[in-house]
Amino acid sequence: MVDFQLSVEKMLDRLQAGLVAEITRRELRDPLMIGIHTGGGWIAEKLHRRLGLHEPLGLLNISFYRDDFSQIGIHPRVLPSNLPFRVEGRDIILIDDVLYTGRTIRAALNEIFDYGRPAQIVLGVLIERDGRQIPVQADCIGGRIDLGPDEKIKLSGPDPLALSIHCS
Amino acid sequence: MNKSIQFDATGKLRHFLTIDGLSRELLVRIMDVAESFSSVIDQQVKKVPLLRGKTIVNLFFENSTRTRNTFELAAKRLSADVLNVNIATSATSKGESLLDTIRNIEAMHVDMFVVRHEASGAAHFIARHVAPHISVVNAGDGSHSHPTQAMLDMFTIRQCKGDFSKLKVAIVGDILHSRVARSEILALNLLGTAEVRIVAPKTLLPADAEGLGVKVFHDLDQGLADVDVVIMLRLQKERMSGAFLPSEHEYFTYFGLTGERLAKANPKAIVMHPGPINRGVEIDSRVADGPQSVILQQVSNGIAVRMAVMSMVLGGNGAATGGVA
Repeated sequence: MVDFQLSVEKMLDRLQAGLVAEITRRELRDPLMIGIHTGGGWIAEKLHRRLGLHEPLGLLNISFYRDDFSQIGIHPRVLPSNLPFRVEGRDIILIDDVLYTGRTIRAALNEIFDYGRPAQIVLGVLIERDGRQIPVQADCIGGRIDLGPDEKIKLSGPDPLALSIHCS
Repeated sequence: MNKSIQFDATGKLRHFLTIDGLSRELLVRIMDVAESFSSVIDQQVKKVPLLRGKTIVNLFFENSTRTRNTFELAAKRLSADVLNVNIATSATSKGESLLDTIRNIEAMHVDMFVVRHEASGAAHFIARHVAPHISVVNAGDGSHSHPTQAMLDMFTIRQCKGDFSKLKVAIVGDILHSRVARSEILALNLLGTAEVRIVAPKTLLPADAEGLGVKVFHDLDQGLADVDVVIMLRLQKERMSGAFLPSEHEYFTYFGLTGERLAKANPKAIVMHPGPINRGVEIDSRVADGPQSVILQQVSNGIAVRMAVMSMVLGGNGAATGGVA
């Protein structure tokens, strides 16, 4: 197991800087931030504060949109998604902790569109790794890592936030 | 009846037929999942794609409006396709046997039967004979069981009152013919309710009433004293073949819930009714429409609870604790 605890802050700095540049480049107007439960929610909470966004933070739980429901069933305690704003026509910054296969982001985008039709969505992730299974790429990343097929990277938190690599 | 038929070989819920034989943990889990589904109505698109591609058949051999509609809406909110089989005009009424009807619908590659039948045990019978990939949910069988109604009532009580271990709950009315009462008594006791009371005239109580784990009252005022939840039952005229009551008017005089009677209960008590209501028979309109009534909340909760049951029965069995991102 490798401990990344020290570098999470640096990754957050890089992700924040990337988002600031992206907000300017794509001319995002008063963007809404949505974190994907649970790790993405922790990261989004920090970025929401750092970027000084006005609207409340949204939290997305994609359990009802997963593509492996017929294999794994339903989680007993699904924290409901909480989007305390209308997404219709708005610019959105979607945040997750780890971008791996891309399936979580696919599910999150589907769910967001069930709440309305946003103008733009920017995807920011703390760290991306190899192993994409569908064509999803992040707009801003805090870091990148290549891992073996038996390795998994996991964010624990919320205090302190720490990344660790496990062998399955 | 075989209780284990509700679970598959791995212990996963496959059919939902009765509260009997279920664990407290499972009931809590159903309520937790229902709680999660409650947020779906906040979405512009009031749907989640969990059961996309699944076909659910509403097989109602007995009339029902609310239950069938909420099952249908629950299935649609899970993105399932729904087939409503109208038995009154179907081949069964032309002499086709129940099993032939089932086999024919099975051949249409369906995934779930939601069954309501006037005969006790009908849903169990169908569950024993369906193909291995098909699940059965009991939407009420005779005077035996109505487990989803019981669960939506438990969910409503939990929403309004929280901890069951501090609650006194009175179920009032036609206990003898009520599948709702039977399922509710089982669920309330499983969830650790402090005191479950049944209040009814002797003619509308089952012979084994004391053995159900309840306190029995024949006087409404005494039965309602200090209770936190009052569940009124409909007087089931269609199931009454004997001389159970002198008249509806006399029933209302002694067992109808009026504002005056409700004042005997805890001032914050909630009033529930599974519907349809016989106004002026078991409940006064002013109480049914009054501030303590949560009858319409029960209807809304019926959709979330039925979504929970259907998704749990048709979902996979793995530990959904994360998965790959």
